[in-house]
Amino acid sequence: MSLLDPQAVYALWLRDVKRFVRTPSQVAGTLVFPLMFLVFLGTGFSDAALPGIPAGVEYIQYLVPGIVGFTMLFGASFGGATTALIQGSLVFLIAIPLGFRVANPLLLPVVAVVLLLLAVTFVGFGVALASQFSDTQGFGLLIQFIVFPIFFLSGALFPLSELPAVAQYLGRVNPLTYGVDALRGALVGASTYPLALDVLALGVSAAVMVAVGAWLFGRVESV
Amino acid sequence: MSAIRTTGLSKRYGETVAVDDLSVTVESGEVFGMLGPNGAGKSTLIGMLCTLSTPTDGEATVNGYDIRSERDAVRDSIGVVFQEPALDEELTAAENLAFHARMYGLSREERRERIGDLLDLVELADVADDPVGEYSGGMKRRLEIARGLIHEPEVLFLDEPTLGLDAQTRRATWRYIERMNDERGVTVVLTTHYMEEADHLCDRVAIVDDGNVIALDTPTTLKAQQGGDMLELGLEGDVVTLTARLEDTPWVESVTATDAGVQVALAGDRTRVPDVVRLADETGVTITAVEVHRPSLETVFLALTGNTIAEAAAEGKQ
Repeated sequence: MSLLDPQAVYALWLRDVKRFVRTPSQVAGTLVFPLMFLVFLGTGFSDAALPGIPAGVEYIQYLVPGIVGFTMLFGASFGGATTALIQGSLVFLIAIPLGFRVANPLLLPVVAVVLLLLAVTFVGFGVALASQFSDTQGFGLLIQFIVFPIFFLSGALFPLSELPAVAQYLGRVNPLTYGVDALRGALVGASTYPLALDVLALGVSAAVMVAVGAWLFGRVESV
Repeated sequence: MSAIRTTGLSKRYGETVAVDDLSVTVESGEVFGMLGPNGAGKSTLIGMLCTLSTPTDGEATVNGYDIRSERDAVRDSIGVVFQEPALDEELTAAENLAFHARMYGLSREERRERIGDLLDLVELADVADDPVGEYSGGMKRRLEIARGLIHEPEVLFLDEPTLGLDAQTRRATWRYIERMNDERGVTVVLTTHYMEEADHLCDRVAIVDDGNVIALDTPTTLKAQQGGDMLELGLEGDVVTLTARLEDTPWVESVTATDAGVQVALAGDRTRVPDVVRLADETGVTITAVEVHRPSLETVFLALTGNTIAEAAAEGKQ
């Protein structure tokens, strides 16, 4: 039995997908948070001009990549990569009737790669955290305390440039920052860092998180 | 070849010794039971043999593989059913088995064949396509046993296989365990704190207390070591004379007076009851009540530890 066995990976994937599609209430439940952010912030701040957002970029355009990134973080830490990808895509689709427009459809494959790297990163993150907890309740509680700071320190809702210096540094080591920025670069055409740098940073974080997750999980002893 | 061999195996958590310098051998093809109260170290031992935790001291091999240096080989050659159920409730029985079969790298043909066979073995073929969430506790346990066998392991570990099941389901589960041991020749190592279960299922039983094996033999031998049956007699009449006559009889170990009559420890078994009745008749003593106590594994545990299993479990929790 090996983790690199493609059949084993397929088995895990198949199980993940089947479980996801058979629990419609969970599918709806996991989308509630992102959709609330999307609808309330997107409409409430629709005419707001936030410092740090490039001129000509509407807030809804700025927000959607952030919420898709958040969905990936939430979905992958708790569940699996595939379910997170489905959830992220659903948020993206729901955003279109809210006024979201894709700047350059040719970059959609890049979006797919970014989503995949985010999913892998946060699955590794979820596994690493889960390995430290023997009960699911403690895990659930802690992940909320970690997930929201990661979300707020990623530039998903507002530019990090307005935050205190410490928070800005934390944002720069946050994988989600690069994920959200890459999604903005590919979907909206406005990003803080070059797209290639974002993707590179994500690739590194995905590799690191998976390695850390696997290492910690391998050390788990059942009592 | 022995299925399992441990030498001086120990596991300590800080000051607590869960498994203490344990050396046991499990033979291929046997049903080996570990009987003891909760907290005796049974699950810890299974955890080490399944390579889920590392021993503090000592050595062990499972199917000839070292549990420290050949973890993957050990894992490939064993099946495990844990105390806590670990099935995917959203998936059907067949899908649960298919998932495990794929994890073990079985081909499509092997998968189809073994899933069919195993669902037949545990009599779940009719409900193979129902989600496991709709199953009863007994059905889930059976499915877990089937899953433990999907990759045809040589040893199957069952940690408290009938915990929380009602009496009828428990007996049915015993039947499945016996059947797969007979039909597949798989070595079964199970833990239990149910006396009857160890007595009924196991070829050999290790009685475990405080991380130590305090006795290890066939249930019959263990019980025989406790001597013969015990008779509890209610008597009216000349009890003193009867007591004297019983004490002179070779098949009586001892006679103790009780409130209502006497307690007779037999050297043999309960086939001596008619002889006791005849002796009483000859002495002119009326027997008002007869109760026969056969030695059970509970008696064995009590004799070895001075506690019943329930008392030992209560102590362990303090």
